[in-house]
Amino acid sequence: MDIVVSQLMTGLSIASILMLVALGLAIIYGVTGVINLAHGEFVMLGAYVAWALQAEFGMGLLASLVPIFLIMAAVGWLVEVLVISRLYGRLLDTILATWGIGVMAQQAVRLVVGGELRYVQMPESLSKSVTILGATDSAYRLFILFVALALFGVTWVIYRYTNFGLKLRAITQNRAVASSFGINTSRIYRLTFAYGAGMAGLAGALVSPLKSVSPEMGTTYVVDAFMVVVLGGTQSLMGTLASSGILGELSGYLAFYSNDTIAKALVLVAIVALIRFRPQGLFTAHART
Amino acid sequence: MNKDRRSFLKATAALGTVSLVGFPHIWSKNASLARAADGQIKVGVLFSLTGTTAIIEESLNKATIMAIEEINAAGGINGMQIIPVVEDPASDPATFAEKARKLVLSDKCVSVFGSYTSASRKAVLPVFEKQNNLYWYPTLYEGRECSKNVIYTGAVPNQQQDDFVPWLVKNFGKRWYLIGSNYIYPKEENNYCKKMLAELGAEVVAEEYVPLGHSEFSSVINKLKAEKPNVIFSTVVGDSVVALHRQYHAAGLDPATMPMASLTTSENEVAAMGGEAAAGHFTSAPYFMVWDSPENHKFVDAYKKRWGGDKVTHFVSEPSYFQVHLFKQAVEKLAGSDITPNAIREAVKGQEMVAPQGKVRIEPENLHTWLWPKIGQCQADGQFKILKQTDDWLEPVPYKAYPNQRCTAEGLKQI
Repeated sequence: MDIVVSQLMTGLSIASILMLVALGLAIIYGVTGVINLAHGEFVMLGAYVAWALQAEFGMGLLASLVPIFLIMAAVGWLVEVLVISRLYGRLLDTILATWGIGVMAQQAVRLVVGGELRYVQMPESLSKSVTILGATDSAYRLFILFVALALFGVTWVIYRYTNFGLKLRAITQNRAVASSFGINTSRIYRLTFAYGAGMAGLAGALVSPLKSVSPEMGTTYVVDAFMVVVLGGTQSLMGTLASSGILGELSGYLAFYSNDTIAKALVLVAIVALIRFRPQGLFTAHART
Repeated sequence: MNKDRRSFLKATAALGTVSLVGFPHIWSKNASLARAADGQIKVGVLFSLTGTTAIIEESLNKATIMAIEEINAAGGINGMQIIPVVEDPASDPATFAEKARKLVLSDKCVSVFGSYTSASRKAVLPVFEKQNNLYWYPTLYEGRECSKNVIYTGAVPNQQQDDFVPWLVKNFGKRWYLIGSNYIYPKEENNYCKKMLAELGAEVVAEEYVPLGHSEFSSVINKLKAEKPNVIFSTVVGDSVVALHRQYHAAGLDPATMPMASLTTSENEVAAMGGEAAAGHFTSAPYFMVWDSPENHKFVDAYKKRWGGDKVTHFVSEPSYFQVHLFKQAVEKLAGSDITPNAIREAVKGQEMVAPQGKVRIEPENLHTWLWPKIGQCQADGQFKILKQTDDWLEPVPYKAYPNQRCTAEGLKQI
């Protein structure tokens, strides 16, 4: 019994990390249509900001979450102003540009702070394990799950119930028409990009106490994030939530009954098979055309 | 697997190119005459400064450079200065082969110090064998290689496991869980480990491999909770080591009853995972930073002075350092006109020196190194406490898991 609960929790934990990483990517693509290959590097930079705030100013991880979001949002804003804003509508160019930004970010980190693995301390209050229904689980993993759901909730509320969200949805459906109704689309794009980058930064900071922090860490996360977005559908927030859940539980169970190598391969095969028959992903936004 | 084959193909293609341009190398002896007259000895330094394994290879580069500087500051080798030619192979086996060719053919280095991964060593091997040059490889590795063009100064499986495995069985028990990254090194180490466990009457409850760079160990941890092994034998490498330890710690497992016994966790990884996640687990290696010997104190102090007080030395950077000194001892025996890779190899056979870990010696038969394996337990301060050192230095037997094969000076022999 406890192993069943453990396994369920494991799946949820993997899912929550996947969702944290994918949320920013999904928002940016959904709204602006930019495939942001530097997303993994935003995650990595978030982890490094967490490390720097801890090493230089002695700030704990919990206290640094808001500054990390703001700093990474500023980075995203800057990237949008300097590069992305000049390339809207040119899909291949944005892919190449964001990939280049990613490479530069990796090398910049290596030059400035060095290539060693870095250590981010887990918050003291969360470094214990807790027992749920007879199964023990890491308090920190539960915390990540909670934060991921909270961030999803916040994003959902912004998207659905605010004036900004209304404009977002309008632009997503048709930029030209939205723009002719007086919506400042470039400002909305800029804010969206900043928000997505901030989310990526938070994801990096939150996983850093469980994993390692290195200049290359973004590469694996960007692949995971793309899997989630491709499976969930690119324009649906609920799709992102559902597909992280599915992928998390699936890879958790497969890894438990076989091993992680096979699990990874099977999950990829499943996704490839699925997009063969449903290229738009599991969920699609209902847009009136 | 696929990647291996690709780099193998590339290396094979490279070999073809080398044989075409290899002709001028017949005159290498004359070239070295000229070098000796210049009062310079050129060596290559081939560690990745960018890419995925740069994290660790930077420290190997630093240890090598420091040793060269030490020798030069003390007057060089018979009055000749060592000139290091540093190349960055960018963690890519094909680039390793390309840079190795450059160092050997156009820079005319008489030796090259380099490589961390087995994949990169396998990629440069054809270059050194074809050109009959010499490659100095400082990393512990899986054994099962017998080249007269490589000097191996890291540990092979028998040197890391012969003391370690029986000690763990005696102190913790007979139910073992083997986990490693999915490539050749962990598989060969586990292969040797399973043989030893069978002899000791111990049981392997699971053997599993995770993808390289894997960082999500929650399912593995559930399996550990279900199996409750006595020992977790870990050959997970790189940043996966950090993730595994941190998640084990976060899940509340206890190293006192289910310790991880690792061949790959050094001070470097411990610094990244934090002392609390590392404390209580074991590593077997010939060198630990805390080892108490005058040579090691000197090494650690010099390293920190040269590269920064926060830097750590570890079981791959130490051989990177002492192998340059072995190179010096070998070249010292040669006349200035005879400094060729061939002569250096013959001269290094049987060379001994007191390294930071203890007195080491190059085995003339297989060009591997006699070493002093130690068992360390990690402490909360991020350093190891050395619990046991081998009674006598241990012979390198690169084919110990394969009793019908033996590496000799004439090459691999079937017995």
